[in-house]
Amino acid sequence: MIAHIRDTPLPQAGKAVGIQTIGMTMRFGSFTALDNVSIDVPAGTFHALLGENGAGKSTLVKCIMGFYHQTSGSLSVDGREVAVQSPRDAATYGLGMVYQQFTLVPSLTGAENLVINRTHVPAVINWAKERKDLAAFMERMPFKIALDRPVRELAAGEKQKLEIVKQLYLGRSFLILDEPTSVLTPAEADEMLGLVRGMTERGELTVLMISHKFHEVTKFTDAVTVLRRGKMAGGGLVKDLTTKDMAAMMIGDVKLAELDTRLPVPADAKPILVVSDIRAPDRTGLKMIDIGSLTVHAGEIVGIAGISGNGQKELAEVLAGQRPADAGSITVKGSLYGATRQETRINNVRFIPEEPLNNACAPKMTVTENLAFRTFDVKREGGDALWLDMKSMRKRAASLILDFKVKTASQSSPIASLSGGNVQRAVLARELTGDVDLLIVSNPCFGLDFSAVAEIRARIMKARNAGTAVLLLSEDLDELLEMSDRIMVMSDGKLVYETPALSADISVIGAHMAGHH
Amino acid sequence: MEDTGIGLWGVPLAIFSGAIRVSTPFIFVSLGESITERSGRINLGLEGTLVFGAMTAYAIAVMSNSPWLGVLAAMATGAVFGLLHGWICKFPKVNDIAIGIAMMQFGLGLAFFLGKPFIQPVAPHLPSISLGGWSNYPQIQSALNINVLFIIGALLAVALWWAFKNTRVGLILRVVGDSSDAARAMGLNPDTVRLLATAVGGSLAAVGGAYLSLYYPGSWNEGISSGQGLMAVALVIFARWNPIGCFLAALLFGGAGALGPALQSVGVTQGYYLFYAAPYVLTLFILVATSSPTRSLAGAPGALSITK
Repeated sequence: MIAHIRDTPLPQAGKAVGIQTIGMTMRFGSFTALDNVSIDVPAGTFHALLGENGAGKSTLVKCIMGFYHQTSGSLSVDGREVAVQSPRDAATYGLGMVYQQFTLVPSLTGAENLVINRTHVPAVINWAKERKDLAAFMERMPFKIALDRPVRELAAGEKQKLEIVKQLYLGRSFLILDEPTSVLTPAEADEMLGLVRGMTERGELTVLMISHKFHEVTKFTDAVTVLRRGKMAGGGLVKDLTTKDMAAMMIGDVKLAELDTRLPVPADAKPILVVSDIRAPDRTGLKMIDIGSLTVHAGEIVGIAGISGNGQKELAEVLAGQRPADAGSITVKGSLYGATRQETRINNVRFIPEEPLNNACAPKMTVTENLAFRTFDVKREGGDALWLDMKSMRKRAASLILDFKVKTASQSSPIASLSGGNVQRAVLARELTGDVDLLIVSNPCFGLDFSAVAEIRARIMKARNAGTAVLLLSEDLDELLEMSDRIMVMSDGKLVYETPALSADISVIGAHMAGHH
Repeated sequence: MEDTGIGLWGVPLAIFSGAIRVSTPFIFVSLGESITERSGRINLGLEGTLVFGAMTAYAIAVMSNSPWLGVLAAMATGAVFGLLHGWICKFPKVNDIAIGIAMMQFGLGLAFFLGKPFIQPVAPHLPSISLGGWSNYPQIQSALNINVLFIIGALLAVALWWAFKNTRVGLILRVVGDSSDAARAMGLNPDTVRLLATAVGGSLAAVGGAYLSLYYPGSWNEGISSGQGLMAVALVIFARWNPIGCFLAALLFGGAGALGPALQSVGVTQGYYLFYAAPYVLTLFILVATSSPTRSLAGAPGALSITK
């Protein structure tokens, strides 16, 4: 055996293993998702895997982890070829993966999550002993996490750390991290990657990280491999490459949509959205969100920064009328706003929630029907429609699909069959068509590739320049800095800091996000 | 009323003994269902399993003259019903609720068909334990005559509550019930776990049936169940999937159910039929009072779906 499964929490550090893929190829029917990819990740290095959505990154790591069985090609661990048929096999060689979507079980505590993931769990768990072992193990972990709380109560950042801790607890010495910092604050991300980097430098761990963020790649990793459309597009040592080189390898010669020049906000811009003294319970019912005052003017983008789980979602829900507020008022264009369909229509309020497939679409209905959600019940000449005008619905959908470059097999496909970026484009098409005075957007670019991100940001900026008031809730600080006129920070249910985006200091924002204020 | 000797004390006493008597089948069905639902599946067929269990237990007890053999046989058939439900549900796009309703009708029909010859014969009853020897009042003695299955059910509730937290099987069950993806990521097969959980749930529900035919009311006929199998499913949700909660909810439900007969026994003759509805009114009231539109249901297994 090359490596035996380390099954109990070891107080001493692990020893890194290196991996190599040779000619890895994966075909699904006639489609080649991965084409002859060979990468080499020596023991104790921090390797980045770059590529757009659909470039084959996840296919590659799924082949390494045994989720897929490659059509051809091989995997070596520490120089010896191994056959990995399942994630369990991968575990015996010390290979582990932290997924983008969490694999922790929400209703179990951190400690329960760690223990149940071991290969050999005793039939009866001696919690006194386990707690002692866990405490000893956590001593040498760089992350501090409350292990006795149910995971569902942890913030996304804490969950991410717990995912990594789980892999280390299980004794993995080669880790694949799938966009590990997407839900963390810049300071948290730096801290975590720094600690992971430290472990690789000490030879305890080898890391292959899927990332979209160049500054992370240049700051923390040793080497990079870039995939494009399933093929190796390039790679090398990070110190030999510039960000520009990497971007060119990633996207090839596709032209990205450019942001319109930001028009200045006129001094007399009218306030469109005014929120005052809103109080509402959060999802757990234990905490409250408490928004003192929030105003968005015509033609400006107000960005709300914050770590997920600090009340942004609840704020968006209150504004969308999905969550009743206990106190306070929302006015849109000077009149009280209760988010009824009528008020939404009169005031031209549009809403793009996060995870639009679940929150803004009926997944099993067709693209055409989903695109008509704002308009199906009004006649073209005004007044309530009694019958659906299928013909004009189809015509309108066809032009929106074309205009917003939504890729779909057919406009009568269920919208759930579209990729994430295309669902986002479809929702954007629906919400940004017609007169829009107020646009509320939540994490519009989460998990999308470069061209989709550029496209969506350009659309939002265009709407802003045309005089739409935009409230942008995002967990991605880079996005907020690029898009916003003003940035406000939400922490623990309150707006705790406000700054013009131009003069924003990222470390001050980070500190407020983390609750140090 | 004069000759009872304890007067109006008869009412709480009757409620107490009624609670124990009526709650026992609820305890077993709801504990079984809590296991099944914790694994992420709903088995609505337990009403059919319960009645089939009642028939099997009675028939085997008649033939073997051993009530315990009857209980074991009921458990075996309950497990078979559970396995059938679990096996059908593992096919893609099969809705567990619809299958549950079909299984319920199947169980009822089969039990009535096979149980015809056993309506006449008399089966030996399950034993009970007398804890009321210290009292001179026959009412207290009879109220403290506690059936063995109730005691087993109480112990089982505590054992399950402990096992969900402290055993490998318990944790695996909760993992599968909360997130099929997480379960697959750790190499567990959710379908297998749910299959077994449904089988165990079925066998416990059948014990509830055995209690009906072998203790109280203690005979086999087609009207033996008054929907205990269905109500117990609601009790599990009411008890938030907590076994001890299931036990207490069953007691509460049993006590409320005993209110009508108890009032009748002390001479209240007006409107006692209304009190027969007490358990259902109580359940509705508590469910409304404890739910909230702005909060998610705490403790609900994440993989439990009604819209598969």
